[in-house]
Amino acid sequence: MAETKNIMIVGVGGQGTLLTSRILGGITVLAGYDVKLSEVHGMAQRGGSVVTYVRYGENVAEPIVEEGQADVLIAFERLEALRYSHFLKKDGVIIVNDQRIDPMPVVTGVAQYPDNIIENLSKEHNVLALDAMDEAIKMGNSRVFNVIILGAAAKRMDFPKEQWIEVIKNTVPPKTVDINVAAFEKGYELFA
Amino acid sequence: MLGNEAIARGAYEAGVKVSSAYPGTPSTEVSENIVKYDGIYAEWAPNEKVATEVAIGASMAGVRSMTMMKMVGLNVAADPLFTAGYIGVNGGMVLVVADDPGIYSSQNEQDTRMIGRAAMVPVIEPADSEEARVFTKYAYEVSEKYDTPVILRTTTRLAHSQGVVNLEDRVEVDDKIYERNIAKNVMMPGNAIKRHIDVEKRLNDLTEDACTMPINKVEYNDTKIGFITSGIPYQYVKEVLPNASVLKLGMVHPLPKKLIKEFASKVDRLIIFEELEPVIEEQVRAMGIECDGKNIFTIQGEYSANMLREKILGEKIEVKAAADAPARPPILCPGCPHRATYSVLKKLRIHAAGDIGCYTLGAVNPLGVVDTTVCMGSSISTLHGMEKAKGKDYIKNWVAVIGDSTFLHTGVNSLMNMVYNKATGTVIILDNSTTGMTGHQDNPATGKTLSGEEANVILLDELCKAMGVKNVVVADPFDLKNFEEVVKAEVAKDEVSVIIAKSPCALLKSYVPKGKCIAIPEKCKKCGMCLASGCPAITKNEDGTISIDQTLCNGCGLCMSNCKFDAIELKKKGE
Repeated sequence: MAETKNIMIVGVGGQGTLLTSRILGGITVLAGYDVKLSEVHGMAQRGGSVVTYVRYGENVAEPIVEEGQADVLIAFERLEALRYSHFLKKDGVIIVNDQRIDPMPVVTGVAQYPDNIIENLSKEHNVLALDAMDEAIKMGNSRVFNVIILGAAAKRMDFPKEQWIEVIKNTVPPKTVDINVAAFEKGYELFA
Repeated sequence: MLGNEAIARGAYEAGVKVSSAYPGTPSTEVSENIVKYDGIYAEWAPNEKVATEVAIGASMAGVRSMTMMKMVGLNVAADPLFTAGYIGVNGGMVLVVADDPGIYSSQNEQDTRMIGRAAMVPVIEPADSEEARVFTKYAYEVSEKYDTPVILRTTTRLAHSQGVVNLEDRVEVDDKIYERNIAKNVMMPGNAIKRHIDVEKRLNDLTEDACTMPINKVEYNDTKIGFITSGIPYQYVKEVLPNASVLKLGMVHPLPKKLIKEFASKVDRLIIFEELEPVIEEQVRAMGIECDGKNIFTIQGEYSANMLREKILGEKIEVKAAADAPARPPILCPGCPHRATYSVLKKLRIHAAGDIGCYTLGAVNPLGVVDTTVCMGSSISTLHGMEKAKGKDYIKNWVAVIGDSTFLHTGVNSLMNMVYNKATGTVIILDNSTTGMTGHQDNPATGKTLSGEEANVILLDELCKAMGVKNVVVADPFDLKNFEEVVKAEVAKDEVSVIIAKSPCALLKSYVPKGKCIAIPEKCKKCGMCLASGCPAITKNEDGTISIDQTLCNGCGLCMSNCKFDAIELKKKGE
């Protein structure tokens, strides 16, 4: 692969973007790529807008993805998909969890939550929207919705499924391996 | 590995035996990883000054030691650092200091290289995770060879980026023998005057030797443009101009002057590409060398590859404008006890002198309670200053708010000052039993050490009483009625009061939610009282009633207590 692949994972602090990016980083290392991941910790994690970058290829220097460069944008919330959509390449793909979390300016009434985000994004981009939260709740653990989305994203990437599952087993807390693997399978099969 | 994990690994491989630190984004994970290695004693100290002095003591005793902090932590540790620079080391000593260009999680954007210069200690800067490991080891060689503490400077982007790292075995370094040497280790004037001469000589030696150090690397390619750069900005140069000539500095203080002169003479155009202050640029200019730097690039924020594409290659970066999306600033979590405290203060129209922690977020609407935030421990002393400026009646609608960890960091001495100088203000210690914002580290009041062992507990109420505070009240902020009465009563007193608002952080693993709050739309009068405390789990429906997100709600019941119409109920766990 000559060109470096750029993936962004965006969401609301606390949704599990870090875990997801670490699984992604793990699979690229397993496949023998050079990889750089960049995360945000600290105050911004407290319910704020968060973004992590994953870049992999033969030789990766820069740790961040810049505007107009992302191949894949994985968004855990609709508004966050919109916020970072200008980071996508022209033919970039958005995989978005069809969930709405109001930011504080919307709660306090000083701003409006935009309407028809998915429809509008679909006009310019290749968008896959899925209600992973609903699936996660059905599975009995709302927190694994992020791994369901990752499963859907994995279906569109070139790594073998068994490798994904191996990385998940090595990355998530031991007690949660079964539910996370099940969530991954769910996303992989359901949103094919 | 994260840059921070790689530094911990480097410390392990270098044979470090003692580490002491206070958490601070983006440096915290160094401690959290170093503690996992055998053969290293690692601890949380109450603040960076203490941690640095612990490292100095370990170095004096003859072992390799480390302390780590964020850049504002180095201000707290500046006192020991400046004199440790004179004393030098016995066992090697490294201070890991993390800068935060772009201010992701800090109160300013200061540049540690400038403090390194002021303290006359060498500053080493890696550019990726693997270098973080290797340079950490090299820093100990420099420290011991040149008899100096060394600063390993990182930035947020390095500390929190992951890259591939090679591993090597730990080198067991023999302890240096301790010898009494008051000329070196007792810094009274007569000794310090002589040591200052040694410090200057050391800097001159380093300036000379830096020209051949492996961490300073010259890459000659196309000589039309030559960059002098270091750290993460080096990666942007490699990304955009892989064929340019580069002098990549691993040691950013002192600078290898001869090497810079030679490099400058071989390139047509010299560009200094450094984030934050023009530290390298000003020294290069002072050498009489023409260069570009801050005349093109900003002093503020993080750099990027696109910046080089635009300013150096003259490319027009055609990016779509960012979509018009409402901002999503960080907020207090659902179930956060600070929200309960602030909702009471808001009701009583009390202003808060704030401090450093999650609770700084009480400054923004809809809570809007916190009026000031300066630095660790400052809430108590700024409130005191207000009282001394305007009199005791002026602060009858003021309190100081400070977290448990921050209080123990540098709030204690501020409170001592209030008692000593007959203040009358009220201090609320927001005791959530953890160091919250940096990701739940233990502190002297939590009963656990960094390695997870049982610890002696500093009792906050007893500590305050021992300092002479007569009015010390422990209260649960979620018991709103009682908490309100306590605040009213203590603020009214003409004596120092401390209210310990005790309730655990809702993100702690030990926190067990009582259940989930559910809205009952039939009873809702659409008054908005539940929204006034800014809980992110609550959203307003189009008809004016509210919904409570069951995945976000932690069941703290604050919205329920604030609802006058019983339109919110707590569904207990298991019901």
